[in-house]
Amino acid sequence: MDSLLQGFIQAFKLILHLDQTLFGIIFLSLKVSGSALLIATAFGLPVGALLGLKRFPGRDLAISSVNTLMGLPPVVVGLFVYLLLSRKGPLGFMGLLYSPTAMVVAQTILALPIVSALCHTAIVNIDPIIRLSARTLGATPGQETIAVIREARYGIFSAVIAAFGRVMAEVGSILIVGGNIAGYTRVMTTTIALETDKGNFELALALGIILLAISFVINAVLHGVQKKGAVKTG
Amino acid sequence: MKLHIAHIRKDYNGKPVLKDCSYAFKGSGTYVLMGPNGCGKSTLLRICSLLEEPDGGALLFQENGAPLIRDLALRRRMTLVLPRTGVFNTTAFNNAAYGLKVRGIDGNLLKREVDRALDFVGLAHKSGQNALTLSSGETQRLGIARALAIAPEILFLDEPTASVDEENTAIIESIIGDLKKESRTMVIMTTHDKDQAARLADTLLFMTEGRVEEQKP
Repeated sequence: MDSLLQGFIQAFKLILHLDQTLFGIIFLSLKVSGSALLIATAFGLPVGALLGLKRFPGRDLAISSVNTLMGLPPVVVGLFVYLLLSRKGPLGFMGLLYSPTAMVVAQTILALPIVSALCHTAIVNIDPIIRLSARTLGATPGQETIAVIREARYGIFSAVIAAFGRVMAEVGSILIVGGNIAGYTRVMTTTIALETDKGNFELALALGIILLAISFVINAVLHGVQKKGAVKTG
Repeated sequence: MKLHIAHIRKDYNGKPVLKDCSYAFKGSGTYVLMGPNGCGKSTLLRICSLLEEPDGGALLFQENGAPLIRDLALRRRMTLVLPRTGVFNTTAFNNAAYGLKVRGIDGNLLKREVDRALDFVGLAHKSGQNALTLSSGETQRLGIARALAIAPEILFLDEPTASVDEENTAIIESIIGDLKKESRTMVIMTTHDKDQAARLADTLLFMTEGRVEEQKP
């Protein structure tokens, strides 16, 4: 019990001093997950819009697939990307294994189905009358789509935040493809895993607290946005 | 702009809604279309406002005796106000501005036209308010303002007062009356209210068994 308390005290000291190493780890975490999220959104939003607004053969299957992929186990994604990028793999010549880029690739794969599926839900839940109204006012099909996406903006934002929470917290895939190299590919979650193994609980706890704090901020923002989006007629 | 419809037919899931609708709208005045529920009034309005294709028959828009091509430009010269306004989750101003924005109009012209439209329906003071927080009557008026902002040559109104209180019904009727005075816009509307029809109509139409007939006053 004492050691746990000591751990917490040490952890807070570390956070207050925020030394270079700790800062580097936090920064890399945000950079990798942030980049993955940007890419996943750039592709996931159009996919979600397509699934939500267009009727095409195989649409139901596509929706079920995307929903299933939301639960992709990170270690499986890590394994897959590892095989892809390892020296003998099809993309081995790029020399990306054990680099932040490899970590971005893995997390993009994790985030993409989440962004796509939740954007689809957000868009499909928009009252069809929005699209019809846009059309009565002279919108082209493209402008109708934009009107619907704009109406779904709060849901889309929630989708992005949910994906961010997921990739920020995961350790399985980035450990495999990043290798947890100090000063290069070491991020918060992989450090926590490593330091716990080493019995070095102060740093692990400090990072755990910071990770929780970031998670809290994300969820607070999400809640705020959802509240704002829930404006309804009296 | 005149509108001739000839032998318009429309089925939904094999069930005929419009059987043989023919009529010539002369391009001005207020036409009020009445008829029992489910007789196809809304369907006819959606077809005439180019939102839906008929299954058969012809739809002809004419200007100075020449037929007009049915394209986006023609569709943008008219608009349909739906019975339930699909309000965008933004300010009343932005809602009313939508039709102009999709036409590439912005800046001072946009502001002037939107302010004029909101003023016309008595919502100028609600310009900056989120449209989702308006009352149902105000929402319906916003739907009309949104339509008027684009200065349509044909304004279709589907049950404009079906879901609003007496006070707002009176306001909406006076808006339609004011439009008549301006006489730039041909109004084609549906209603269930006989008295309202009598108050507003220049021409009273009745729809029965999928056909349109003119009622002699």
